[in-house]
Amino acid sequence: MSATTEPSAARDPAPDGKPNPLFRNLSAKFASIPMIITALVVFVGGTIWTIVYSFTNSKLLPRTNFVGFDQYERLWSTRRWMVSIENLAIYGICSLILTLVIGFTLAALLDRKIRFENTFRTIFLYPFALSFIVTGLTWQWILNPDFGLQNVVRNWGWESFTFNPLNDPDTVIYGILIAGIWQGSGLIMCIMLAGLRGIDEDIWKAARVDGIGTVKTYLRIILPMMRPVIITSLVLIASGIIKLYDLVVAQTNGGPGIASEVPAKYVINYMFRAQNLGQGFAASTMMLLSVIIILIPWAYLEFGGRKRG
Amino acid sequence: MATVSVKDLVLNFGAVKVLRDLNLNIPTGEFLVLLGASGSGKSTLLNCIAGLLDVTDGQIFIDDKNVTWSEPKDRGIGMVFQSYALYPQMTVKGNLSFGLKNAKLPKAEIEKRIERAASVLQIEPLLDRKPSALSGGQRQRVAIGRALVRDVDVFLFDEPLSNLDAKLRADLRVEIKRLHQRLKNTMIYVTHDQVEAMTLADRIAVMSQGIILQLDTPNVIYNRPANKYVAGFIGSPEMNFLDGSLSGAKADIFETDDKKIKLSGYTFSEQNRSSAQSAILGVRPEQVAVNDHAEAMPVTESVEVELVEPMGADTLVWSTFAKQPFRFRMEGTAIVSPGDKVKIGFDPAKASLFDTDTELRL
Amino acid sequence: MADTILNPVAEARGPRPKKAFSRANIFIYGTLLLVSVYYLLPLYVMIVTSFKGMPEIRLGNVFGPPLEPTFQPWVKAWAEACTGINCDGLSRGFSNSVKILIPSVTLSILIASVNGYALANWKFKGSETFFTILIIGAFIPYQTMLYPIVIMLREIKLMGSIWGLVLVHTVFGMPILTLLFRNYFTSIPDELFKAARVDGAGFWGIYFKIMLPMSLPIIVVAIILQVTGIWNDFLFGVIYTKPDTYPMTVQLNNIVNSVQGVKEYNVNMAATLLTGLVPLVIYFISGKLFVRGIAAGAVKG
Repeated sequence: MSATTEPSAARDPAPDGKPNPLFRNLSAKFASIPMIITALVVFVGGTIWTIVYSFTNSKLLPRTNFVGFDQYERLWSTRRWMVSIENLAIYGICSLILTLVIGFTLAALLDRKIRFENTFRTIFLYPFALSFIVTGLTWQWILNPDFGLQNVVRNWGWESFTFNPLNDPDTVIYGILIAGIWQGSGLIMCIMLAGLRGIDEDIWKAARVDGIGTVKTYLRIILPMMRPVIITSLVLIASGIIKLYDLVVAQTNGGPGIASEVPAKYVINYMFRAQNLGQGFAASTMMLLSVIIILIPWAYLEFGGRKRG
Repeated sequence: MATVSVKDLVLNFGAVKVLRDLNLNIPTGEFLVLLGASGSGKSTLLNCIAGLLDVTDGQIFIDDKNVTWSEPKDRGIGMVFQSYALYPQMTVKGNLSFGLKNAKLPKAEIEKRIERAASVLQIEPLLDRKPSALSGGQRQRVAIGRALVRDVDVFLFDEPLSNLDAKLRADLRVEIKRLHQRLKNTMIYVTHDQVEAMTLADRIAVMSQGIILQLDTPNVIYNRPANKYVAGFIGSPEMNFLDGSLSGAKADIFETDDKKIKLSGYTFSEQNRSSAQSAILGVRPEQVAVNDHAEAMPVTESVEVELVEPMGADTLVWSTFAKQPFRFRMEGTAIVSPGDKVKIGFDPAKASLFDTDTELRL
Repeated sequence: MADTILNPVAEARGPRPKKAFSRANIFIYGTLLLVSVYYLLPLYVMIVTSFKGMPEIRLGNVFGPPLEPTFQPWVKAWAEACTGINCDGLSRGFSNSVKILIPSVTLSILIASVNGYALANWKFKGSETFFTILIIGAFIPYQTMLYPIVIMLREIKLMGSIWGLVLVHTVFGMPILTLLFRNYFTSIPDELFKAARVDGAGFWGIYFKIMLPMSLPIIVVAIILQVTGIWNDFLFGVIYTKPDTYPMTVQLNNIVNSVQGVKEYNVNMAATLLTGLVPLVIYFISGKLFVRGIAAGAVKG
C-alpha cells in the first residue's frame, strides 16, 4: 500500500521527510525481481515473441521474414494437424465427461462414511503421483496384443476376443484415453471429495427431514452447490488435455502412422525435429488461442460477478 | 504540550476515503479512547499513528517531532493488538526481547527491562513458556509486556480485550486502568465497546465514517451528545428518539403528536433555532421515572406495557409514547406484564434535542 | 476454491449407512472394489512382469505371478540397459534427476516463499499486477514459451546443462508455489507482522525470524509438490538437456521405446518401476500432505 503522490508533496520535496514512493519498500521490490523477470520476460515476453515469429517463415533459425498468415494456412491444410485436432477433440470431450463422472461418483461413494476410506483414496490417487511416461509405458504393455490383456482373455478360452486399441488407427486415441483417465481421475476425485466435505452438514439433515433420498440429494442439492468445485475441476482437466504430450510419446509415439498425434506433439516435432520453427510457432499460437477460449469464460464465471473482496 | 498530535490527516484506499481531514491533540499522560463501530476508521487512525499505514496527506507528531514518514520502531510507541500477535515460535521471554534485540540494546539492559515488565504484569513464572501454552488473559498480559519493555511514552491499544471472554475482559480492563495510573503514559485505545470507553477514558473520540464526531470526557459524551449518532451509539439500551417540531415564541416547546413538551431547564447549544423547525427529542431509557417517581417529573404520561425484557438488576419495558416506540427501565423487582398501564415521567432538562436534518444538537 | 482444496481430508460427513450389510453398502463396497482393480492392475502387472524371465513372458499370462522370480531385469534396467551409445542403464538418468531435483526444489521454494511473503505483507505499486501475470502465465501452454527459453538459455550459456533445466523448473514452478506461499502468509494474522514492525524488524528480519519458522507445514507441501512434479517432468528434460544430462524419465522412454534389438518387456517394466519409485515412495510416506500438495498444485495442471 504505497502512498499516492500528492501534488503538494511533488512541488515541495519532502517538507516532512516524505520519501519518494519509488524507494519505499525497497527490499520488497528488490526481492521481487525474480518474480518480475519471470512474469514479464519469460511469460509475457516469450509468448509475444512466439506469436510475432509465427508470422515469419523461420526454418532452422528464427528469422524476421514476415509472411503474413502463410504458416496458419499451411497449418490448417496439413493432415497431421487436422488429425491432431481431431484426436484432441475426441480425447478432450471423453476425458472431460468420464473424469468428471468417475471423479464425482468415487468422491460420493467415499463420502458415505465408509470404512477403509483412506485405503481407497490412496489406491485411486496413486497413479497421479506417477510420470505420464511411466503411465504410458505401463498401459502400452497391458494393451500389448501379443502378451497383454487380449492374449490373456484368449488363453482363457475366448479365442475371438479382440482388444487391441493401440494398433488400430481408429481406436488408438481411446487406448490413450484409458491411460489418461487412469492417471487423472484420482485428482478430480480428491477435489470433489474436498468439495463434498466443505458442504454444511445441516444440508444433509435438512434433506433427511424433508425425506429426500440419498441419490436425489446428491444430484439435486449437492451437485448444484458444488458449482465452484466443478468449475475448478473443469479448468484443471481442460488445461491438462491441451498439454497432452508425454503420454502419447510414451504410449504410441503418435502411431500407428500419425493416427495418435496431438497438437502439443505437433509443435515440438516442428520446432525441434522437422526444423520448421514457423510452423511450430503457428501451431503453438493456436494452442494458446484455445486456452484463452477456455479461460475467458472461466475467469468470467469465477471473477466476473464479484469484484475482489 | 501535546504528546501525540494529528494534523489534517487524510487516508484514501483508492477511491475510498477512510480518514477525512482528522485533527487530534492528545496531551501527555492522557488516556484517549477511539470509539466507533467497525469501519469507522478508528483502527486505521491508530495504524497511521503507529506508522503501519502510509497516510495520503497530513502530518503526525509525537513529542513534537514530525513522524509522518518515520518507521514504526522510530516513533517511540508500543502497541498491543486484538489477537495478541505473539510470535508463536518464541518463548514469552523471546517475545519480550525481540524488539530490544532488534534495537541492539545491551544484554543487561534487556534483562533488566524484561524483569521489570514481568513483575509489573505478574508474568514472571511464564517467561520460559511458548504462547501456545498460555491462556488468553496471560497472552494479552505478555502482549502488553512487549509494549512495556520498549520503555516508550505512547501506548497504542487496538481492541486489546475483544478476544477475551466477558469476565476476563472486565478484569483486564481494571488492570489496564491501574497500569495507566501507575505509568502515566499517553495511551490511545481503540474499541467498539462503550463500557470500555466509558470506564477507561479521560476523553473519548467517537468516530464514524472517517471523522471524529465528538471528542470529550465520557461524562459530556453521555449527557450532552453532540449529535444523534453519538447519542444513539453511547448508552445501552439505546436512547429513545421522538420525532416532532419546535414551537412557541422562543422555540422552546417540543411538539410531538398531540403532546406539547416545554423544554424548561434545557441548555440550548444552538441559538439560531426557529419555531416550526422539525426536531428530535432524545430520552435515555434509564432517565425515565416510573410510577411514584414519575409524579415529580415535568413530563408525565400513562402508557401501556407492550413487551417486557427482564435483565436481572432491572427490567426493560417496551411501550408507546406519542405514537412512537418508547423504552424505559424499571426496577428488577418490578412485576409488570403486557397490557398493564404504567405511569412514566422524564425531565426534558436532561434530554437531548437534535435538528432533524443535520442531526446536530440544538 | 483454495479453502476447500487445501483441506480435502476433513472428516467424512455424509450420513452413516445404518446396517453393515445393507443393499446400499454392498453396492458401495462392490463398486469401490471393482474400481480398485482398475487402478491397481497396472501396478500389479508392472511388478510381476519385472520379476519374470523373457521365456515366461512369452507364455503370455501377463497377470500370472512369476513362476521363477528373477532380479535380473532390475539389475539390467539399472546398470546395463542401452540408450543410444550409453549402456549404463537408468543409473545415469537417476543421478541426473537427483542433480536436477535438489537445486530446483531448493531454489524454487526459496524464491517463491520470498515472493509470497512480499506479496502478502509488503504490497507495493504493481506487485499485484506482476502476481496476476504470473498466475495467468501458469495457464499459458508451455509450447508457446519453449523456444524463447531456448534462446534465453543459449544467451546465458546454460542450454543443455543441468543448471539450465534447474532455471526452467524454477521459473515454471514459480506461479503455483508463489500462490501457495502468498495464501499461506496471507492467512497469518496481519497483526503479527505489524507487531514485528513495531519491534523494529525489517523485510528480511521478519522473513527469517517470524515468517519462515512459521511456514514449515507449507514448505513440506511445496517440497512434495516440487519433487514429484520435477521428477516426473519429461517435456523440459527432453528439450533443455542433452543425452548426457537427460533426466530419468527421458532416459526411460528412450530405453523402452528404442526400436533396435529385441524388446525385453521385463527390463522395461523394471525400468518403469524404478522411475516411478521416487514419487511413489513420497506418495505413500506423505499421505495426507501429498493430497494437500497436489490439490494446491493442481492449478498447475
